[in-house]
Amino acid sequence: MRQLVPLTITFCVGTLLIVSVFIPPLGDLERTFTLWFDIIAVFAFFLGGGNLLRVHINKLWRRKKDWGFSIVTLAGFATMLAAGLFKIGNPGDIATAVDAPGSMFYTIFDSVVVPLGSTMYSLLAFFVASASYRAFRAKNREATLLLLAAFIILLGRTPFGLMLTEWVPDSFSLLQIPNLAIWIMNSPNLAGQRAIMIGIGLGVVSMSLRLILGIERSYLGGDNA
Amino acid sequence: MPDVGVMVPLVAIFGGLIWLLVRAIRGREVERRVIFIFIFVAVATPILFPITFQEHATPVVKDLFDRIENLPPGSTILMSFDFDPAMAPEVQPMANALARHSLTREHKIVFMCLWATGQSLLNTTLEYVIKPDFPHLVDGVDFVNVGYKAGNEGVLNVIVSDFKKMFPTDVNGVPLDSIEIFDKVGSCRDFDLILTVGGGRPGPKEWVLFVGDPANVPIGAGVAAVVAPQLYPYYPRQVIGILGGIKGAAEYESELAQTHPRFEDMEKPGLRMMGPQTLAHVVIMAFIVIGNIAFFRGRRGRKTE
Amino acid sequence: MTFHRGRTSSLASGFSARLIIVIVVIAFLAAPAMWSRADGPDIVLAGSDSALVSLAPVTSLVAADNTYDNGDALRLTWVPSIDDRLIDSKIIGYRVYRLAGTGEPEAIADLPPGSNQYLDETVLRDSVYSYYVSTLSERAEFPSNRTAVISPQREWINLDRGYLFLIALAIAGAVIYYVTVAKRGKKLFVRKIAGLEAIDDAVGRATEMGRPVLFIPGIHDMDDVQTLAALTILGRVSRTIADYESKIFMPVARSLVMTAGREVIKSSYQAAGRPDAYSDDMVNYITDEQFGYVAAVDGIMVREKPATVFLLGAFFAESLILAETGNSVGAIQIAGTARPAQLPFFIAACDFTLIGEELFAASAYLSGEPRQLGSLKGQDVGKVIAMVVIMIGVISLTFAEAWKIEFMQDILDRLSVVFSTN
Repeated sequence: MRQLVPLTITFCVGTLLIVSVFIPPLGDLERTFTLWFDIIAVFAFFLGGGNLLRVHINKLWRRKKDWGFSIVTLAGFATMLAAGLFKIGNPGDIATAVDAPGSMFYTIFDSVVVPLGSTMYSLLAFFVASASYRAFRAKNREATLLLLAAFIILLGRTPFGLMLTEWVPDSFSLLQIPNLAIWIMNSPNLAGQRAIMIGIGLGVVSMSLRLILGIERSYLGGDNA
Repeated sequence: MPDVGVMVPLVAIFGGLIWLLVRAIRGREVERRVIFIFIFVAVATPILFPITFQEHATPVVKDLFDRIENLPPGSTILMSFDFDPAMAPEVQPMANALARHSLTREHKIVFMCLWATGQSLLNTTLEYVIKPDFPHLVDGVDFVNVGYKAGNEGVLNVIVSDFKKMFPTDVNGVPLDSIEIFDKVGSCRDFDLILTVGGGRPGPKEWVLFVGDPANVPIGAGVAAVVAPQLYPYYPRQVIGILGGIKGAAEYESELAQTHPRFEDMEKPGLRMMGPQTLAHVVIMAFIVIGNIAFFRGRRGRKTE
Repeated sequence: MTFHRGRTSSLASGFSARLIIVIVVIAFLAAPAMWSRADGPDIVLAGSDSALVSLAPVTSLVAADNTYDNGDALRLTWVPSIDDRLIDSKIIGYRVYRLAGTGEPEAIADLPPGSNQYLDETVLRDSVYSYYVSTLSERAEFPSNRTAVISPQREWINLDRGYLFLIALAIAGAVIYYVTVAKRGKKLFVRKIAGLEAIDDAVGRATEMGRPVLFIPGIHDMDDVQTLAALTILGRVSRTIADYESKIFMPVARSLVMTAGREVIKSSYQAAGRPDAYSDDMVNYITDEQFGYVAAVDGIMVREKPATVFLLGAFFAESLILAETGNSVGAIQIAGTARPAQLPFFIAACDFTLIGEELFAASAYLSGEPRQLGSLKGQDVGKVIAMVVIMIGVISLTFAEAWKIEFMQDILDRLSVVFSTN
């Protein structure tokens, strides 16, 4: 019974959604089910938020390792919750948008969340360098091709690429590095991407069929013998 | 005479690379933290002491530029801000340049967001780009901000056939029915061009799949560099032009300044950021060479043993 | 010819002539008022204008039911006014009018010059409508003839998607066929996938080193099939972990994934006969915010130093950050995603990468269950179809472009129709 109900729901909803593509009166179903999922996911916020609070309060209470950071987490959680719920500092009344300019929520978001997000994203610059240093080694033929392509693309994304190959006559303009970089992106890279996307599409179809028909049920638990 | 502030770090970088090359010839690998220091200096130097390079628009950028340039004045453009603060440094310059270009050509823009974080970034464009550069334009007449709507692809599914059903009012609570721009716009099919700036999901791909292709509306995309390759299958039919990463932004800014001299002195963050990108790319290429030398020297050493 | 009549007859003829002249003048003046367009309204003047520019109305206006919908749209097509083609055209646009039943005309849309069609999606099924379109100048409207009355119809089957249905049937049919074949006991060959073969060794390594396994199911919610694929693999991985008596941590970015993850791991521990070893703290919700989640997971990696890291599911810009941090702590990493943009980062930074469809095939591969393996075989039929169609398309396009062979162009056009998603 525990698995039968979700499997039945999966089968009915999955089949309906497939059929709705071909039956116009059912055309709005996808939109409806998407909205329903969003509503369910919103309720699930309480589960996630509750878990976050429980873990960190427990850590703080029992003075576990690094409990000081839990204070930061809980303080941030409480501050943003209060700022959003009570619209602290919002111009206008409690019905105004939660992120209205001038509100405490917006100010903290703009001054704290935005720079922190940008900081994490900027780590990519360092990690691309270290990953490139480690990965682009000419160990074999394929790795050498990868290395050459990477060089051309790297050069092509800078003005030096044009500077270095400006002398190439127009009849061989493809050999100018920026054009070669675009050709690599548009031809071999695109061919590979399309092949992967076709495979992914078919994989999604197969996986979805397994889920709808109940052949695949391990995501529900209880089928891991 | 080149600026001393630029020369000293550059000499340090290239000197350091030569030193690492010598170590690599002896078969010594480079530690990760050394790579991080070099990247830090390579990126910080052009930011502190601006170095800019000339950019020429590649065809994939020029196509989008020409489309906006050649649309009849008064055309209606939908522009969606689908990114978060993390992506903003890369795509906000594109959004600003596209907005500037469209408004200079007297097109009407409808701004919207599919990402909750996009709203504040859209406000940034409105406050720091549109209001200073186009003080004569009126919100609700020359452009409209309809704001953010949750639902991802669900939103696209609705607005492709009925825009006002999903966005009955703008962010100021003014009904769209009373806004002149929407006299001729009932759905996405009625826009002359849709510009989507972002790179995650929902993003340009979803715009193509749910709006551009079914409704036969041209889409222009400004995306993070890593996402651009995914859009090439759709270029030039469904996606008429792609601004990929900082380089795409720099090319567009350059083209805008050349075609419309009033923007000659505008802030060009895309062009400015090409300095750090260029130097970082050079350093990465140098490390790749050093890494291969160290690898082959190390392999030869092991074979000898 | 000279008329010479008597005085009386000349008076009578003079009166008759004047009468005739009066009648002709009155008729000439009254004609426009008397002449009514049976199908359309009169010219509408927005204001008196002695210098009114007269514009031609649209022609060939046809209202038809919008095909393959729920009876909620009617499509209008027309030939724009011939005055629209002039360089100095005075046309400022077109206005569409709708009459519902016997009601008054209602303006429903204003369209720019050059328009030749309109989709009215505000109609009600089983109601009757007729339309006319007015050509607009600065001061007047010039209406067209009215269309015949029409009622939107609901179509139960979208025949436009017939080809899509056939293709879907072929692929789904192949999947179901091979599932059935596999159930009957036929052995199906599946090539080795290095990343999946390495799972047992990777978990064993964690057990030997006394360090935990970190499982990251991507940053998307349960509505993404990649997350579901990751959870199906989690079931197998957590069973192995339970058998080896190792530890698992699973930080998640979505609350629903947290709940599902707990269920999966719990049942794995129960199946392994170690229900007491399970704890809800193995799966923790961090935050929905992308880089907040990444920062937390990086911190976990640096502090806990997992021996094995699984990065399976939907990833975005954070993929390289996670993979490089995992590499820096010396973990063996098995990654898999169906997002092509992130695959290069995983390939560069991880030890094993499941590329696209391999992620979806993983659960079937690991379980070895015949029904699931059969679905992989059926998927391959789809690939064969794709390969054949691509070859036909490439050959047709080459011949059509290079040698202008019309037959090849016809094949291309047919392929476009078959594989169109509109």
